Amino acid sequence: MLANLGQLIRYRGLIQILVTRELKARYRGSVLGFFWSFVNPLLLLTVYTIVFSVVLPGFRGVEVEPYALFLFCGLLPWTWFSSALLESANSLIAGGNLIKKVLFPVEILPIVAVLSNMFHFFFALPILALFLLFYARPMQWMELLWFPVVVFVQLMLTLGLGLVLSAMTVHFRDLRDLLGNLLTLWFFSTPIIYPMSMVPAGGKFIMDLNPFTHLAISYQEVLFYDGPFGHWRWLVALAGASVVLFLLGFALFDRLRDSFAEEV
Amino acid sequence: MSTAIELREVRKLYRRYAHRRRFATLKSALISGSLASDLRPDETFTAVGGVSFRVPTGSAFGIIGRNGSGKSTLLKLIAGIIKPSSGEVKVAGRISALIELGAGFHPEISGRENVFINGVMLGLTKREITERFDEIVEFAELEAFIDAPVKTYSSGMYMRLGFAVAVHVDPDILIVDEVLAVGDEGFSLKCLDKFAEFKRRGKTILLVTHGLGTVQQFCDGAVWLDEGQIKGRGDPRRVVHMYLSDVAAAEEALLTAEDKKRVEATTSEKATEASADESGAGGEPPADMFRASEGRWGSGDATITDVTLDDDDGPTHLFQSGEQMTVRMRVTASEPLNDFVFGISIFNAEGICCYGTNTDIEELRSETMGGDGEVCLVIERLDLVEGTYKLDVAVHTREGRPYDYHRLLHTFRVKSDVKDVGIYRPRHTWTFTPNIRFRNPPGE
Repeated sequence: MLANLGQLIRYRGLIQILVTRELKARYRGSVLGFFWSFVNPLLLLTVYTIVFSVVLPGFRGVEVEPYALFLFCGLLPWTWFSSALLESANSLIAGGNLIKKVLFPVEILPIVAVLSNMFHFFFALPILALFLLFYARPMQWMELLWFPVVVFVQLMLTLGLGLVLSAMTVHFRDLRDLLGNLLTLWFFSTPIIYPMSMVPAGGKFIMDLNPFTHLAISYQEVLFYDGPFGHWRWLVALAGASVVLFLLGFALFDRLRDSFAEEV
Repeated sequence: MSTAIELREVRKLYRRYAHRRRFATLKSALISGSLASDLRPDETFTAVGGVSFRVPTGSAFGIIGRNGSGKSTLLKLIAGIIKPSSGEVKVAGRISALIELGAGFHPEISGRENVFINGVMLGLTKREITERFDEIVEFAELEAFIDAPVKTYSSGMYMRLGFAVAVHVDPDILIVDEVLAVGDEGFSLKCLDKFAEFKRRGKTILLVTHGLGTVQQFCDGAVWLDEGQIKGRGDPRRVVHMYLSDVAAAEEALLTAEDKKRVEATTSEKATEASADESGAGGEPPADMFRASEGRWGSGDATITDVTLDDDDGPTHLFQSGEQMTVRMRVTASEPLNDFVFGISIFNAEGICCYGTNTDIEELRSETMGGDGEVCLVIERLDLVEGTYKLDVAVHTREGRPYDYHRLLHTFRVKSDVKDVGIYRPRHTWTFTPNIRFRNPPGE
C-alpha cells in the first residue's frame, strides 16, 4: 500500500493534466464557458437567498445578517464536497473503458474528481471575497491563516470518502442513487442554511458527530463571524480523523484494486 | 538470450455473471484480493487455463486463435491490467499496450491536448511528449486537424492518432491487439514498418491478430490458443498451418450440418406436398429456372437420395483450387426407366452459373436404369477461384421433365493461396524476356 501511495507522487503529472482536462472540458461548448465557474455559485446563492428571505423569512436566526454572506460561507465548500463525492462515486464506472485498456493507478480517477471540484471551489472564492468587501466585514487577518488548514482538512476528508465510495460503487451500483439522497439529508443536517446556535441542545450532540458540521462552522468563524477562531480544537481533531480516514480509504481501495478491471 | 516475457502456468478465472452472491464476491475480494476464489466451479469461467510460454527479448511473437479463445485476456494479464488467478507473469521492461487505440481520449478537447494526456497516461513526461510531438503528428498524418476536438475526427483519424502516441512511447515491449485492421492499406503498411523498426532496435513485440499472413511473415514464434489452452506453439508457419486445419475442420462440420438441414427441410416439404396432391407429382419446377432459389422438386420416378463431394481423401466440403473433385450421387428408381439424363451445375455466391453439363449434352443415350445405383462425375481439376459455390444436381427426362431436381442444396468452398479474381482460373504461367526482372521470379 505504501508503495502505491508513493506511486501517486510519480503520477502527479498525470493527475495534474487530468484535472486541467476536466476543468477545460467541463464548459467547452457553452457560451459563457469558463465564467460558469463564477456564475454557478452566484445563481445557487440567489436561489437560497430568495427562499430564505422571501418564502421562509422567519426561518433564519437574527444573528446571521447579512444572511447571503453567511449562506455563502457554508454553501461553497458544501458544493465542492457533494459534487466531488457524487463524481468520484461514479468515476471508476465512467472510466471503465480506460481501466480495462490502460495500465495506470486507478485511484487517480476519484482523486481527479475531488481535485477538479476543489479548483471550482477556488475559482468561486474571488466572488466570496467581493461579498466580504461589499458588506465591509471586519476581518482579522491572522484568522485567515486558518483558511488553508480548513481547506486541507476538507480535502483529506473528501479524498478518503471519495476513495471508499468509488471502490464500493463498482460492486454496488445502487450506491450512486442512494448517495444523492444521502447527501441531501446530510446537507440539511449540517449548519449551512441555519447557524449552529439554532440547534436545540439535544440535537447538538448528534450534529457534533457530523464531520462537515465542524468544517462549516470553521469556514463561518474564519470568514463570517467576528472574533477569534474558537473552533480550532474540533478542527484539529477532525484533521487527525480525516488523515486516518484517507489512509483507511486508500487501504480499502488498494485491497479492491484488482477487482476493478473485471467488475466495471 | 534473455527473456522479455515469461508466463508460468497462468490461469484466469472469471465470475459467471449473475446477480446473486454479490456480497460473497466483494467479501472474497476484500479478504483474498481475488474475485473468484470464493466461488464454486460452476460459478466461474476459465478464460485462460494453465498457459506457459516464454518470449525472448528482441523477438516478435504472435498469438492466434478463434474469437473468445482467451487471447485478449492473456494480453491484459501480460500488460498487468488484470492479475492472474494463479500462476506467474514475469515481464522485463517498460510495456506499452495497444489494446484499444485512443482509450482515454476526451472527445471535447483538441487532438493536441489529447496527445499530451494520452502520452502521460502511457508513462511519458510532458517534456518527452513535447520532444516527440511533431513526429507523432506526422506519423498520424493529422497536421491539419491537430487543433480540432477529437469528436470531429473520423474513426480512422482517431485510431491513427492513438497508434502514433502508443508507438512513440518507445517501450521495451509493445503489445498489440488486433489494431492493424483499423487503418487503410497504407497505414497498415506503415504500422508494420514501425514494428519492423522496433524489432531491429532489439525491442520485443507481442502481436494478437487474425491476420495470419502477418504472423507468418513477421513473427519469430507463435502460440495458438483455443479455449484458454495452448494448442500449438513454435514456428509461426507450422502453428498457423495447425490452426488453419482446425478451422477447416470446424468449417467442414458446419457446412455438412447446413447441407443436411437444407436437404431435410426440402425433403419433408416434398413429402407433405406429395400426400396433399393425389397425382404424386410433388412440387412443380419454378417458372424461371435461373432465378430460382434453393429447393427440390420432381415426379419422384427416380430420386437422388444422397450427394457427396470427395477430394483425394474422401468426402469433404473444402477444396483447394485445382484439386480433384468427385460429385457422387446415389440414385434410385422404383420402376425401371429408359429415358433419363443426369446433370450438374456449379453456381458461385452471386448466383452466376460457372459451369453446367449433363449426360444428354455429352451425347450419352440412356438405355435402362432400375433399383439403387451410383453416379460419379470426376472433375479432374477444380480450377475455380476462392469462394463459396453451390451445386445443382438433377435427374430428368431428355425433354427436361424432372424426376428429382436438387436446386442449390449442396455447398462447397474453394480455398486458394492466390487471391486472384473472377470465376475461373485457367492453368497459366508467366514468362518474361530477360530485361524484365522480378525479385522473386515465378515458379520459385
